[in-house]
Amino acid sequence: MKAERKVVILNRLGLHARPASRFAQTASNFQADVWVEKDGISVDGKSILEVLTVSCPTGSEIVIRAEGPDAQEAVEKLASLVASRFGEID
Amino acid sequence: MEILKAIAASPGIAIGKVFLLNAKRIKTIKKKIAPEDVPREKERFERAVCRIEDQLKQLISELPEEIKEHSNILKSHILMLRDKMVYDKSLHLIETRQVNGEWALELAMDEIKALFSSIKDSYIRERLEDIGFVVNKVKAELAGTETRLDLSSIDEPVIIVARNLSPADTLHISKEKVLGFVTELGSRTSHTAILARSLGIPAVVGLDDITSKCLSGEMIIVDGLLGQVVVEPDQEALREYSLKQEKYLAYRLEVIHNSNLPAETTDGYRIKVKANMELVEEIPIVIQHGAEGVGLFRTEFLYMTSKTLPTEDQLFSAYREVVERLKPYPVTIRTLDIGGDKLATTICCEEEINPALGLRAIRFCLHEKGLFRAQLRAILRASAFGDVRLLFPMVSGKSEMVQVKRLLGQIMDELESEGKDFNRQIKIGIMIEVPTAVLTADILAREADFFSIGTNDLIQYSLAIDRVNEAVCHLYEPLHPGVLRMIKMTVDSGHREGIEVGMCGEMAGEPLYVPILLGMGLDELSMNAMAIPKTKKIIRQSDQEECSRLVSELLGMDSATQVKERAIEFFRTHYPPDMETTDFLEFGQGIR
Repeated sequence: MKAERKVVILNRLGLHARPASRFAQTASNFQADVWVEKDGISVDGKSILEVLTVSCPTGSEIVIRAEGPDAQEAVEKLASLVASRFGEID
Repeated sequence: MEILKAIAASPGIAIGKVFLLNAKRIKTIKKKIAPEDVPREKERFERAVCRIEDQLKQLISELPEEIKEHSNILKSHILMLRDKMVYDKSLHLIETRQVNGEWALELAMDEIKALFSSIKDSYIRERLEDIGFVVNKVKAELAGTETRLDLSSIDEPVIIVARNLSPADTLHISKEKVLGFVTELGSRTSHTAILARSLGIPAVVGLDDITSKCLSGEMIIVDGLLGQVVVEPDQEALREYSLKQEKYLAYRLEVIHNSNLPAETTDGYRIKVKANMELVEEIPIVIQHGAEGVGLFRTEFLYMTSKTLPTEDQLFSAYREVVERLKPYPVTIRTLDIGGDKLATTICCEEEINPALGLRAIRFCLHEKGLFRAQLRAILRASAFGDVRLLFPMVSGKSEMVQVKRLLGQIMDELESEGKDFNRQIKIGIMIEVPTAVLTADILAREADFFSIGTNDLIQYSLAIDRVNEAVCHLYEPLHPGVLRMIKMTVDSGHREGIEVGMCGEMAGEPLYVPILLGMGLDELSMNAMAIPKTKKIIRQSDQEECSRLVSELLGMDSATQVKERAIEFFRTHYPPDMETTDFLEFGQGIR
C-alpha cells in the first residue's frame, strides 16, 4: 500500500519544535513507513530531528508519503494534523 | 563590584546570594571495546536511555498546574532521546565501530550538529540546544554522575549561576528557593528563557564567563528588565536596586489591580485607550494590560515571513482568530504598510532611491491590486466575526480614498454574490501621516468614519527627518510647534465633520505627552500594551479643562525647546515623580 498527499504548513512559525514533535509522534503510531518531502529532499517522518531539519516555514508545501499496510490512514491522519495547525492557536 | 550586561530573558529584579552550579563539562571517556563486549555495552546504553526517559516522564507527571502547558518541551525531549539519529545511530556505532556508549553518542551528536548548523531558521537551529541537553543527560548517566539539579542542600533562597540550565532543570526550580538565574548560554527564545517568564523568575542569559566571575555565597543582583547583572554590589547599588525592585513589584500589582479601570479624567472626559499589536501571542498581554481593543493591528508579518504571498484563506484565518479572541473589543486592522522591497517574495519592485517616499503602503496596494484584493477580502470576511475596522495607511489625498472605496464596493458585491458573510457597515479609517492629509483633513473626513494619527511618519515627513540618520535625528522633535499644530488641525477638522480622531504612533504611549493629547481633544490613544496601565493612571489624575488650557498655551510658543520645558514643568507639578520613568516599558518593547 502506498499513499501520498500534498499539504501546506499553516502554523505561523512553520514546522517548529512542537508541531514537528507532534508530527513524528503521530507518524510513529503507524506501521507504515512515513516520509516528508520538501523541495526534492525526503526525510523520515517518524524522526523528530529529521523533520526539524527540513525547516518548513509557514506557507511551505510538503508531500507526506507513506508505504505499508496502514499507509492511507497514516497519510490522512497526518494531513489533517497539518491542516488543523497541529491544534495550535498561533 | 562589577556591572555586566547581557540578554534580558525574564523581567524582574532579584537580589541574593549566588548558588554556582559547577558546570564542569562532562568529560567523555572514550574507549574501544572488544567484539564480545558489544552486546553488554549496548545493554548498558539502553538501560541509561531508559532511566533518563523515566526521569523525564516522572518530571512531567510532577509539574505544578501553572506550568503544565510546558510539558510538551519535555515530551519532545523524550522523542529526541528515542530518535533514530540519536538512539538507533548510537547502538549502530557501538556495534560497527566497537566503541563505548559515550563515544558513540558523541559521534552521533557530531553528525546532528553538522546537519543543524546548515539550517537557516534560527529558531529551529536553537533546538540543537535541546538535543544537547538530552545527550548530555545520557552521557552523565553512563558515567554514573547525577544529572538532576539538586537544590536540597539550599536552605535560603538563592540566585543560580550556571553555564546553562536545561528546561528540565528550570522546571525543577521552585519559586521559594530560587530568586533568579544567570546563564552563560541561551537566548530570549531558548526554552529556558520562555519557562523563566512563565514562572515569573527574573533571568539574564547569554552572559559570557559569568561562572568564573562569582563564587557561591557572594551577593549578586539580576536585573531581568535591562539584562544587567551586578556582581558583589556595594551598599549603594544594593539600595538602588532594592528600590527598583519595590517599584517594579508595585508596578506589577498596579497592572493587575488598576489596568481595567476606565480611562476617565477627574472632570469626566472619557478617552479610549487601546493597544497596538502584530502577533497573536500578544493577545494575552493586550487583555491583561487593560486595552479597550486594538487600535492598530499591523498586518505586515505574514507578508514578510513566507516566500510566497499569503493566500486569502491564510489571512482570513489569522484575522478571524484575532477578532474572535478579542471579542467584544474592536480591532482596527491596518492594510499592508510596506513596499515591495520588504516583502519576502519579489513581486515587482524597481530599486528605489528613496523608499520612504516611494511605492509603499496604500500606493503599493493600489498598484498591486491582486494582493490588495486578497487582503481586503480576508479582512471583510473576518468582519463577520466581531467588531472589525479598516485603516488605510499613507493616504495623501481624496483621490486615493475614492479608488480604495470603489475597490471595496466591488469586493463587497463579489462577497455578497458568493454568499459570504461580512459587515457592510464596516468602519473605514484613514491614517493621518502625510502632511497633505492634515491640510486636507476636512475633505478626507467626509470620506471616512475615523482618523488615526500616525505620529512616527507624520513627524518624519513634516520635519523632513530620517530618524535613523544620526546626523539629523536630534531634529526629530514630537513637540515641534509645527507638529502640535498639525495634530490640533487634524482633531478639529475631524470633529467638525463629526468623526472620531485617535492616535496610534509612539507619541501616544509616552507619559509626558498624555496631558497634551488629552488637551487636544483626541478620542482614542493606541499604544504598546505595556504602556497602557501607566497612561490610564495619568489620564485618571488629569483634568481635561486644565490640559486644554495647557495646549492653548503651548500652541502659542515658538520653539520645540520652549514647548518641551513647559510640558515637563506641567508634568512635574501635576503628577507624582515616579510616573516620569518609563524603565519598565523597555522590557516589553523587546517582545515585538
